[in-house]
Amino acid sequence: MRVMAQMGMVMNLDKCIGCHTCSVTCKQAWTNRAGTEYVWFNNVETRPGQGYPRRYEDQEKWRGGWQLNKKGRLVLKSGGRVKKLFGLFASPVQPELKDYYEPWTYDYKTLIDAPLGDDFPVARPKSLITGKDTKITWSANWDDDLAGAPEMGHLDPIVEKVRKESEDKIKFAFEQTFMFYLPRICEHCLNPSCMASCPSGAIYKRVEDGIVLVDQDKCRGWRQCITGCPYKKIYFNHKTGKAEKCTFCYPRVEIGLPTVCSETCVGRLRYLGLFLYDADRVTDAAAVTDVKDLYQSQMDVLLDPNDPDVAAAASAQGIPLDWLDAARRSPVYALAKVYKVALPLHPEYRTMPMVWYVPPLSPIVDLLTEQGHDGEDRGNLFGAIDALRIPVEYLAELFTAGDTDMITDVLRKLAAMRAYMRGITMGEEPDPSIPEAVGMTPESMYEMYRLMAIAKYEERYVIPKAHVEQAHDLEEMGCSVDFEGGPGMYEDSPFGEASGRPTPVAVENFYALKDRQTSDTPAGERSMRNRVNLLNWDGNGVPEGLFPDTRDRPRAAAPSPADLDRRGPVVDSSGDSTGSTTVSP
Amino acid sequence: MDLLLWGVLPYVMVAILIGGSIWRYRYDQFGWTTRSSQLYESRLLRIGSPIFHFGILAVVAGHFFGLVIPMSWTLFVGMSQEFYHLNALLVGGIAGIGTLGGIVILIYRRRKTGPVFMATTKNDKIMYVVLTAAIVFGLWTTLASVFEGENGHNYRETVAPWFRSLFLFQPDIAAMAAAPFSFHIHTLVGMLLFTIWPFTRLVHAFTAPLHYLFRPYVVYRSRDKVPGAVRPVRRGWAPIGTEDRARDKR
Repeated sequence: MRVMAQMGMVMNLDKCIGCHTCSVTCKQAWTNRAGTEYVWFNNVETRPGQGYPRRYEDQEKWRGGWQLNKKGRLVLKSGGRVKKLFGLFASPVQPELKDYYEPWTYDYKTLIDAPLGDDFPVARPKSLITGKDTKITWSANWDDDLAGAPEMGHLDPIVEKVRKESEDKIKFAFEQTFMFYLPRICEHCLNPSCMASCPSGAIYKRVEDGIVLVDQDKCRGWRQCITGCPYKKIYFNHKTGKAEKCTFCYPRVEIGLPTVCSETCVGRLRYLGLFLYDADRVTDAAAVTDVKDLYQSQMDVLLDPNDPDVAAAASAQGIPLDWLDAARRSPVYALAKVYKVALPLHPEYRTMPMVWYVPPLSPIVDLLTEQGHDGEDRGNLFGAIDALRIPVEYLAELFTAGDTDMITDVLRKLAAMRAYMRGITMGEEPDPSIPEAVGMTPESMYEMYRLMAIAKYEERYVIPKAHVEQAHDLEEMGCSVDFEGGPGMYEDSPFGEASGRPTPVAVENFYALKDRQTSDTPAGERSMRNRVNLLNWDGNGVPEGLFPDTRDRPRAAAPSPADLDRRGPVVDSSGDSTGSTTVSP
Repeated sequence: MDLLLWGVLPYVMVAILIGGSIWRYRYDQFGWTTRSSQLYESRLLRIGSPIFHFGILAVVAGHFFGLVIPMSWTLFVGMSQEFYHLNALLVGGIAGIGTLGGIVILIYRRRKTGPVFMATTKNDKIMYVVLTAAIVFGLWTTLASVFEGENGHNYRETVAPWFRSLFLFQPDIAAMAAAPFSFHIHTLVGMLLFTIWPFTRLVHAFTAPLHYLFRPYVVYRSRDKVPGAVRPVRRGWAPIGTEDRARDKR
C-alpha cells in the first residue's frame, strides 16, 4: 500500500445556476494573457449541449483517454509510445481553433474616433488571432441555456448515444426539454492520460497533493497532451507554444485558501478536501474490463482515513498528521465515499478523475411541481425518478458509464433527504423510514444535509496548508523569515516596500489576504511607507497614501515668508483652512 | 581564403552552435519549443510537416553515411563505387526532393494562412531562408552529379575526408578546396544554418523526446522547494534592463 494524498473537488450540480462567475474569475486570475484568449480552465456547459470544445466527448473522433487492448492492458486510445512519436510532426487528431472558437474583441475606438456622419458608428468585432474583421459564429458557451437546441441538440454526443439506444428518449420540444449546468475544470486524475501522452515528461503530478501541472520550462510544444486528455482541459498557448492547464490554484491551496472558482462560486456548490488513495492500485483499478465497474474500482482505490492501518501507512510514508486530520474531515471524501452521492465525470475514460459531481435532482422536482404535484413529497419523487427516464439515462452516460441504477440510487438519496428534512422543518415527527428506504440512518442523513444544505465555509473547504516544517523551504533561499521582525517584513523591507529580493508570491498573498480577511479595518490602514498599494486595497475606505493624511499628522511649523515666496501657496490637506497659507493653530 | 573558409569557419560555427545551445538551454528554457501552429491550421500541416520532417531525417542519415563512413570501408565490404553512387542518388534524391516539397508546402501555408503568417517572427523568416537555401543547394549537388554522370565529382574523396579531418583538429583544407563550387556553397550555407540554429526555433530538434519510449506513464514530482515564480535569475544571465540587473549594480 502506497498512501498518497490528493486534493479533490465535489460540485453539487443542484445548486449551479449557470452564472459563469467561476469561469470569469478563473479567467481573470489565470488566462487573461495573449495566447490564452480562448483558454477556459473553468467553463460552464449547459447540458444537453455540445460542450467546450465542441463535441469533446466524442472519443471516437478525438481519441482521448485510455482503452484496453486485446490483452486487456491499459493503452492510450490515441496509440502507443512509438505511434505517438511518429505523430509528432503533425498531431493526427488535434482540435483546431475552429473547434473552440476564434476569440475576438470589438473596435471600440471607432465609437469615439469616427468622423462626423449621418450614421451612428458601430464597434465591429475584430479577431484576436488575425486582427481582421470577423464574424462571430461560436464561443465558449454559445449553446448556453439550450440556445439552438432544436437545431443543434442532436450534436451532443451523449444525446446521440442515448438516442441510438432508444428512440424518443430525448426531446427538444419546448415542453419536453430538461437542462442543467455542468461546470468543468481539470480533473487532476489519478491516472492522467495527458501526462502519459507527454513526450517530454513535462506534465507531472505533485507527490504532496496530487495536483497535475505542466512544467512550462520542460514543455516543448509537442501537443500530444491535448489529444490525450479526454476532457480537453489542456490548452495550447499559441503565443508561447506551450501547453497550459488548470492549476487547481495551487498558490492559494498551498496556504489553505480555496481555489478562485470555489471562492467566488455564487451558489457555493463546490467542496474542496483531501482524498487518500493507494497509488499502487491505480493502474489495475483503471484496467477493469467492464466500464460499468470503473466507478466501484475507483471507489476502492480511495482509502478510509479513519482506518488505523491506513493512518499508520500514511504516517510511515511521510504524510503529516494535520493532513491526515484534514483527510478525516474531508467533505469530498464524505460526499464521494461515505454518503456515495458524488460521482466521477466520465469514468469510462479510465483516467480516475478527482473532480466529482452530485447529479442534479432539480429537473425532476421542477417537472413534478409544474405538473401540479408536490415536488418534494417522497412518494412522488421516488416514483418520478423511475418514471422520468430521460435525465437518468443522460446522467448515467455522464457519470456512471451508463449504469442507470447507480444514478437512481443517488437521486433517491437526494430525494429522501429533501423529504426527510422537509418533514422536520414542517414540525412533523422525523420519519426514520425515509432514510432507511435509501439505506441510511437518520443521523447520517442529517449530517449529509448539514454538509450539503447548510454548507458552512469551513466545512466546504478543508484545505491543509503546505506543511509548516516545509514553510521555510517555500521561501527563497537566503531570505530568512526571522529577518527584522519575522514575516511582517514583507510590508516593511529595509529599503522600503518591494526592496530586496523578490517576495515569494505565496507568502505575499498569504499576508495580504490574511490581513484583508481578518481585520476590521480597511486593508490600507497600516503604514506602507507612503506608497499606495491598490492590490491590497479591498475597496473599503481610502487607501493610505492616495490622499494626503488628514489625521494625527504633526503639523509643520509655519513656513517662513521666504519659503512661501519660493514655493508658492501651500494647500493645507486638513481642509479646515481656506488654503491660501497654512496657519498653525 | 581557403584556410579561413575551411580551416577557421567550421570551428567558429561549432563553437557558436555548442556555446549558443548551452546558453539557450540554461537561459531560455521557456522559449525552447516547437512553437507549433497546428492550432491555427491543420490540413496543410498534416501533409507538409511529416513529409518535411521524415525527409530531413533521411537527409541527415544520408549525410552521415556519405561523410562519416570512409570510401575504403564501403569498398571493403564489396559495395562498388557505382552501386554506392546510384544508391546515394536515388535515396538522397528522393529524400531531398521530399524535404524540399515539404518545406515548400509549409512556407506556402505560412504565407497564405492569415493567423500562421501573423505568428511568424523575423527570426522565423531568416531561418526559413537559410534552411531552404541549404536544402536547395544540397539538392543541386545531388542533381548535378546525375547530369554529369560518370564524370561527376566524387565528394567522398574531397568533402568527406575534410569533414572527418575536422574532428582530428587537422583540417584537410586542400581536399575541401578541390571540391567544386556547388559543394562549397552548400557547405557554407550549411554552416550558416548551424550557426543560427541555437537562436531559432530549430532547437526543438535537440530535445527530440526519445526518452518518452522508456519513461513511466505517470510522472510524480515533489513540490518545488523554491517557488518557480521567484527563482532568482542567475548572475550574469539576466536580460538587459531588468530589476535583477539593476540590483546587481546596486
